[in-house]
Amino acid sequence: MAYSDKVIEHYQNPHNVGSFGSSKEVQARKDVGVGIVGAPECGDVMQLHIQVSDAGVIQDAKFKCFGCGSAIASSSLATEWIKGKTVDQALAIKNTEIVEELSLPPVKIHCSVLAEDSIRAAIEDWKKKNGHATAVDAHAAHAH
Amino acid sequence: MKNTMNKSRPLYLDNAATTRCDPRVVEVMLPYLTEAYGNSGSRNHAFGWEAEEAVEKSREQAAALIGANAKEIIFTSGATESNNLAIKGAANMYAKKPEGQTGRGHIITALHEHKAVLDPCKRLQKEGFDVTFLQPPADGVITVDMVAKEIRPDTILVSIMWANNEIGTINEIPAIGKLCHDKEIIFHTDGTQWVGKMPTDVERDNIDLLSWSSHKIYGPKGVGALYVRRRKPRVRLEAIVDGGGQERGMRSGTLNISGIAGFGKACELCQHEMQSEGERLLKFRNRLETELAKAIEVTQVNGNASKRLPNITNISFGFVEGESLLMGIKDIACSSGSACTSASLEPSYVLKSLGVGDELAHSSLRLSMSRWTTDKEIDYTIASITKAVLHLRKMSPLYDLFKEGVDISKIQWQTH
Repeated sequence: MAYSDKVIEHYQNPHNVGSFGSSKEVQARKDVGVGIVGAPECGDVMQLHIQVSDAGVIQDAKFKCFGCGSAIASSSLATEWIKGKTVDQALAIKNTEIVEELSLPPVKIHCSVLAEDSIRAAIEDWKKKNGHATAVDAHAAHAH
Repeated sequence: MKNTMNKSRPLYLDNAATTRCDPRVVEVMLPYLTEAYGNSGSRNHAFGWEAEEAVEKSREQAAALIGANAKEIIFTSGATESNNLAIKGAANMYAKKPEGQTGRGHIITALHEHKAVLDPCKRLQKEGFDVTFLQPPADGVITVDMVAKEIRPDTILVSIMWANNEIGTINEIPAIGKLCHDKEIIFHTDGTQWVGKMPTDVERDNIDLLSWSSHKIYGPKGVGALYVRRRKPRVRLEAIVDGGGQERGMRSGTLNISGIAGFGKACELCQHEMQSEGERLLKFRNRLETELAKAIEVTQVNGNASKRLPNITNISFGFVEGESLLMGIKDIACSSGSACTSASLEPSYVLKSLGVGDELAHSSLRLSMSRWTTDKEIDYTIASITKAVLHLRKMSPLYDLFKEGVDISKIQWQTH
């Protein structure tokens, strides 16, 4: 299948690859939210780490991704977009915007959904750690 | 006309999918596309005779490749058609009860067969036959004991492929054939990946029906053959395509003369070259496997270590997904066991049937070599794959977990 130039660019030079520590370390950090979505047997797992200020601004974001080129590009793009945004602004990002930006074909829409889910999951995690009201119930059943 | 085929092209390691047609084959074909365009069914003029002569020569060449008599070769459009004709044709001919009833007879095949065997069997299942789909063991090799255990008094047909198209494993064919002959059961084998690559003798190997294809052995696409045993026992088939009665009534339709001429030549070339070619390809395969395993931790060669074709290897690279790996080696044409382009995200059913974990199935590549593969190409492939896997592992959350000592299979993933 042919990939768009933007997907290829993100694949070759992904933005913000990394983490803010091992799984144990980030669990202990209150300023870091962790989102891991997907499953290896489905062929894609996205891990998003966000570092959030007390004021609720995402100061930095790092991703890791096991998945196809579109999944890698979607998570790379997501980290770019959420950096500098407040958590509420980040929650407003829709998967359809990722689809549009990367020109994803229909069979790859689930990659963008996964990226949106990883943003939500990471923010939920940060909120939980910091005693903010979460929207877990509203999004737990998010199926795709 | 603009030639779009001259762009810089990837090197080709997908020869289990199809092969380049040998120039010596093309040369034999050309006259039958231009001046010698007769129909082999035309009995009363030179054009027809010329075509018939070409077909009969090819029939001899195809028969010689498998140790058969020329009269036992039926030309088809390819292995899919041969498999359909063999399986449906034999089942319907030897059915214990007429159409429309159940209990028409028992068929044995295996779960990791090609779809061109599985789907005809599934159709027969709907039409009143019982089908046993053998579960392959972890090494992928179907043994004679596995088949023997499933044989019943009403078993009429066993269809087990000679070598698997995704992992190259070789099933116990002569022994399964012998078992079927002893029990008077028709034995069909899909030899698409085997014939032309490995020595074949339908007498010694106890085969009743053998399918193979031209385009996997450096011949043109759209041609194949079915060997149908004529004595001890004489195997009869109910035709699928009816019409002019060509191919002893088993496969009507004007013959594809140029294709058949090329197929015959391809068979002849394989017969002469398979041994030296096999030795060369085995070295390539071994080099790919050992050098990649040395350069990249957590790699796994799928299928039995020794009972495998020399030209196919299937390797899983843990913690990276196959499609993204293909993207990283886009100048190498090969296949992945991951089918992330479909909505279901199902990894290869062949690897799954062997019990290869889903994440390792998603992480697999099939590399298949040919007559034209070079040492340099193998070097390049090893370097490219290593680079791509290491690039992807830097991004892989699964690789991090592995490094932290976490067992990935024990994590409660949020499946979707």
